[in-house]
Amino acid sequence: MFLFRLKRTLKLGIKSLWMHRLRSTLTALGIIFGVSSVIAMLAIGEGASADAQRKIAQLGSHNIIIETQDPPEEKSSTGQQQTLKEYGLTYNDAERFRNAIPDVQVIVPNRRIPQEAQYRTNRASIEVVGTVPWYPQISTLQVQYGRFVSALDMRYKRGVCVIDDQIVKALFAFDYPIGEDIKLGTDYYRVVGVAKEKDDTPETRQTASSEATSQAGANVGTIYVPLTTAQDRFGETNLQMSGTSGITMERVELQEIVVKVNDLMQIIPAKQSVETLLKKYHKKNDYAITVPLELMKRQQDIQRIFTIVLGSIAAISLIVGGIGIMNIMLATVSERTREIGIRRALGAKKKDIIFQFLSETFILTATGGILGIILGLGIPSLVEYYGNMPTVVKISSIGWAFGISSAVGIIFGLYPAYRAANMDPIESLRHE
Amino acid sequence: MIQQYHDNLNFDTDKPILEMRDLCKSYFIGEGELKVLKDINLSITPGEYVAIMGPSGSGKSTLLNMIGCLDRPTTGEYLLGGAGVSTLDDDDLSSIRGARIGFIFQSFNLISQLNIIENIQVPMFYQGIPEYESAEKAIELAEMVGLGHRLKHRPTELSGGQQQRVAIARSLANDPLIILADEPTGNLDSSSGSEILDILHGLHDQGKTLIAVTHDEGIAKESERVIRLFDGMIDKEEYNQKRNER
Repeated sequence: MFLFRLKRTLKLGIKSLWMHRLRSTLTALGIIFGVSSVIAMLAIGEGASADAQRKIAQLGSHNIIIETQDPPEEKSSTGQQQTLKEYGLTYNDAERFRNAIPDVQVIVPNRRIPQEAQYRTNRASIEVVGTVPWYPQISTLQVQYGRFVSALDMRYKRGVCVIDDQIVKALFAFDYPIGEDIKLGTDYYRVVGVAKEKDDTPETRQTASSEATSQAGANVGTIYVPLTTAQDRFGETNLQMSGTSGITMERVELQEIVVKVNDLMQIIPAKQSVETLLKKYHKKNDYAITVPLELMKRQQDIQRIFTIVLGSIAAISLIVGGIGIMNIMLATVSERTREIGIRRALGAKKKDIIFQFLSETFILTATGGILGIILGLGIPSLVEYYGNMPTVVKISSIGWAFGISSAVGIIFGLYPAYRAANMDPIESLRHE
Repeated sequence: MIQQYHDNLNFDTDKPILEMRDLCKSYFIGEGELKVLKDINLSITPGEYVAIMGPSGSGKSTLLNMIGCLDRPTTGEYLLGGAGVSTLDDDDLSSIRGARIGFIFQSFNLISQLNIIENIQVPMFYQGIPEYESAEKAIELAEMVGLGHRLKHRPTELSGGQQQRVAIARSLANDPLIILADEPTGNLDSSSGSEILDILHGLHDQGKTLIAVTHDEGIAKESERVIRLFDGMIDKEEYNQKRNER
């Protein structure tokens, strides 16, 4: 019974709208543009933010990244440029972070240099890793004999090294390695310890060993030396040609330090500590602190504002479309006053009239909404193709657009329908 | 309310199908009261053919609206089919109009975007009669008024006489208690006018109750009883003997 009425009413609505094709199309256009702009704008906004979020997430949410920065140009009193610039983060900074801030891991990038190692007459291709004393604690490396690189080694840039068990096999065969000297490149290093990559599970061991055999020709193993020693001996000095004064030398000890907190709650206090420590020891402003989590939060805030602004612009256009619909429906109602009177005389109740006009508005907005969704899905792909901007169409935004347009249809259709239903049947029958 | 109305319905042919007791209708314009109908007492028996006549401003249209349940009396009682309708609300009056009264208007009042069948179906639609049933009946009625060959035509494609015939078919859709015609020939030339009158006579001969509100003395002559209104009151009631001779 209800379905039958619904079917008849919708059929009638389509018929009435079809009689005024141009008017109906123009009215629906308002909704079409409203819906498509909601979808398109949200898609563009979402795309921009997803891109930024992805980049930030790659930096790691638990990390505080401290980078060396070229300090603002300093001119000496004579106006000449300095020819040797020494700036940036130092190993000491890393050590201070480690000592002063509790419960964090301080990660300093290792330097890896492929080298040839020689012990007596045995030679092997190996990789030299310049590293920090706490490296075993933040990796799977385990010391088997002797000791690892120490803080003192770091400070005095000693020529010591820790070799892994592969190298023991390759160079020493049956000799006891600790206390012996190996030649790496042009310098000799004393072996102070033997370390081994910890095998957590048999599987990882297998894959590790198979990897090792596959790489056997290239690198036999790894030799760990103090980072400072590595920098000293293998060098980290940049030569730069500058226009006026010829060659400028730059010396930077560490390019980057990453402080990793264990708990997200610590990230802000940890960042503050890092700042305080750096301020104390760096006169020049030669560092930059980045907190990906903060960036992410700021990005999310910006995104939210962006979405709200875009969304409201689009919503306003929907409302304008809705007002257009209301306008047309009011005109339709007064144009069809007589029809309403006839229907009332022939037994239509008020609610039948309301239903009739509401269904017409609904057909207009629903059709407009569907076409708007199609158009709204098309715009982002055009933007992506021609504007080279990433876009993300969320299912929820389609739902929103359609929901809002239907709501607009019903809200703006209610008043005209109500007006139609409350016309006096006698008056409307007499209406010319 | 409406249930009570249906319970009280009485289709006994001896009892009046329509009865008005001391019915008054006033319009309130500002402070003043304009009495349009004054103490109307009227009773119409089933199968009667009644013409209501009167000069402009005599309250004819208001009485028509009252009979057609389009308006409610200020005081007094109106019984349709033996049951009171003066206290019913808008929705109930709507369904009584649809079910019990067949309207025929001076200007035909067909719905222009609907074709003939659909126009005849409109009253049945509001009574909730299923599509296939109402379509069947609409075709039957259209054939009865001689328009079986134009079922899919729009009202604008028909002549005035044909449109009025569609309106008559529509008025019969729900087998109403009374057929209420408001100047049925007013917009027609004399030949299509007499065609319409012939159809109305035919309906009367089938035992339908007809009430025609008109200026046309021709219709009045054809009817069994003429009620003449003047200044909101029933001035005269005349019974035509001529009608029975026909």
